[in-house]
This record gives sequence, structure tokens and C-alpha cells, in this order.
Amino acid sequence: MINIQSLKFSYRQNRPLFEDLSLHLEAGHIYGLLGKNGAGKSTLLKQIAGLLFPDGGSCEVMGYKASRRQPAFLREIFLVPEEFYLPKVSIRHYVIANAPFYPRFDEQAFYSYLKEFAIPQNQQLTNMSYGQKKKVIISFALATNTKVLIMDEPTNGLDIPSKSQFRKVMAAAVTDDKCMVISTHQVRDLDNLIDSIVIIDDHKIIFNQDVGTVTDKLSFKMLAQLDDRMPVLYADSSLRGHAVILKNEGTEQSKIDMELLFNAILSNRQPIQELFN
Amino acid sequence: MEFKDSQAIYLQIADYICEQVLLNKWQPEERIPSVRELAVQLEVNPNTVMRTCELLQQQEIIYNKRGIGYFISNDAVKKIRQFKKDSFITNELPSLFRSMYLLEIDIDELKPYYEKFKKSNFK
Repeated sequence: MINIQSLKFSYRQNRPLFEDLSLHLEAGHIYGLLGKNGAGKSTLLKQIAGLLFPDGGSCEVMGYKASRRQPAFLREIFLVPEEFYLPKVSIRHYVIANAPFYPRFDEQAFYSYLKEFAIPQNQQLTNMSYGQKKKVIISFALATNTKVLIMDEPTNGLDIPSKSQFRKVMAAAVTDDKCMVISTHQVRDLDNLIDSIVIIDDHKIIFNQDVGTVTDKLSFKMLAQLDDRMPVLYADSSLRGHAVILKNEGTEQSKIDMELLFNAILSNRQPIQELFN
Repeated sequence: MEFKDSQAIYLQIADYICEQVLLNKWQPEERIPSVRELAVQLEVNPNTVMRTCELLQQQEIIYNKRGIGYFISNDAVKKIRQFKKDSFITNELPSLFRSMYLLEIDIDELKPYYEKFKKSNFK
């Protein structure tokens, strides 16, 4: 559904952000895009949405070149940006002005998402708090029913109960024909929602695996003591003990710890990548 | 539902479904909530619930009626008890036995505790 080949991009000359970046994403999944600050997560999402253009290579989404910004492409993709602007109108007017761009917009679903998020419906958008505005955009995004839905840090600014509401509406919205990409730093908010992990670092994609494959190959454990004979790939030690990633040598499936996996891949990439090749 | 850190989520969901059956909340030949309903309720990816259903189907605890959904098998309770028993004996008993051995507790000594536990929890 999303096919990026040898993408090259830089904001400034001699400071390349992406060099030979390739990524292939399919429908029916919720991808979690992880990376350090400044690694280029938001830039990559903007490339997919056709808001930034490649310096080299190609970015194809649903068979369209994203940079050509054809209407048939734009009406099937929605990006929830991290920073956004909403006009000084009511929710109803926002829908009247923006929904017609999305042929499969579901108004009923939109209002039910707002209800789930407990957003009052007859308020001016500009009179809302940041978190409330974010919930309006997320609700609108889900209601557009676009084939590609991209969210940049969607849980930033959401309070504790709405993180749970967010997971519920996302679980309800993903279908076999939709591809969702979420960039996030707060993986613990979303770790049961994401089914594939994409890690961007060092100008390219260094990891792209679904959760099932990860737990087939790796096991995540909390150990009281480390033992030299164990196939430890990464360990993070604290007072609670040692959080470790081991090579999974049996058939047992542990629960994935995405933070640990992220740190492991950034600091000890090669042996882990080899396991997946 | 609170997930533990130790076990893959799809297995924890399988345990949850099995528990509903053992507690008679879901009866044999009854339709269980759809994959999507369970995903929303448990706030997890529908693909994870799908994986749970494939596992339970393979263990013949649930079965699939095309286009309608998943149903609890007739002998689900028997099957679940067998699976749980096997897993209890291999996974949980060793650590219990270890404590019993270290504390010099005899098996017969535990019987009154077990009877008391049954009375206060399940009667």
C-alpha cells in the first residue's frame, strides 16, 4: 500500500536526513513508527502524505506518486499532524467545510467518536483546550474512512482516560483494507494496539517487523540474575532486576516490551537484525 | 482487563476466554463476541484477537461458523481443563513444590487449607 524506494531527502544542503530509505507497508495493519528526536519520523510521514517531496528515489502510496498530489490520492489519505491549526468555527461548520473532500466520510461515526471522547458538540474549535482539539481531529480523521491514516504523536496531550478511549476507537476503526501509521514516543500507551514496529535511525529504516515475528525470534524477560550461558542480546538493569531480550530458543511467546526493543536495536543493532534475516 | 508483563497478549486473551467458559459465563454452543468487539473491549489490535481465535480453534475450544462468528465447542470445558491441567503441572507446580520442600510442608498438611479456600471462594 505504501512503497518507498531509495528515498533521499534533506532540508539543508550537505545535511541529508534520508539516504537510500526504503519502506514497504501493507493494508490491515497498525504500524508504530519509532525513532529518536530528529530522526525524521514526522518528515517521513509528510513524504507519505505528499506534503514534502523526495530529492531522489520514489514514494508511492496506493499506486499514486505522493508528490503529484492527485485528488484521487488525497481523498484516500489523512494525516493527523502533531501541531495543527483549527479555524474559529463550530464543529458542525468544520464538518460542512472539510468532509466533502472525503467521499467515504461517515458523519454518524464522527459524532459517535466525539461522544466516546466526551467532547461537547456546540463549541467553537478555538475555545477548546489542546487535548480537546486533538480529539476532534482524531475523530474527524477516523470518520474520513481513508485507506491510509497517518497520526503523528496522537496521544501527546491526551489525558489518562482518553488514552484508553483512543485505543478503543482505533481498535474499532482498523480494517483489512486500511493502513494506519502512528509515530510515537509513548509506546506504552499503544503497545497492544500496534501490530508492526518500524524503527527509523541513521537516515534509514533499520527495523520493520510484525509483533508476532518479533516474539517468535526474541523473548522478553525480567530476570533476577544474569547468566553468561544465556543468549542475552540486550539487558537493562535496575533495582527491579534485569530486563533482558534473549534469543527465543523455544516456542514460548513472551509479551513484547517495545521500549526495551527500541533501545536494544539502537545500541546493539547487528545481532538482532541478523536474527530476522 | 489488566495485562501482565510476562506472557504474550494473545495468550492472555486466550486465558481470558477460557476463564469465561470455565466460569460458565459463556456456554457451549454460544457465540462469543466478534473479533472486533473483543479488540475494542480489550483495547488491543484486532489482529491480536484473530491470533487468539486461531489458537483456540486449533485447540478445538471454539469453532468458526462461516459468516456468523466463533462459537464455544460442545466439549470446550473438558478440553480447557486438560490444557490448563497440563500447563499447571509443568509451569506452576515446580515452584510450589520447591517452596514446600524448602519449608518442609507435607502434601497432607495443605489439604485443610485447600478445603477452606474452596469454601470461601467457590461456595
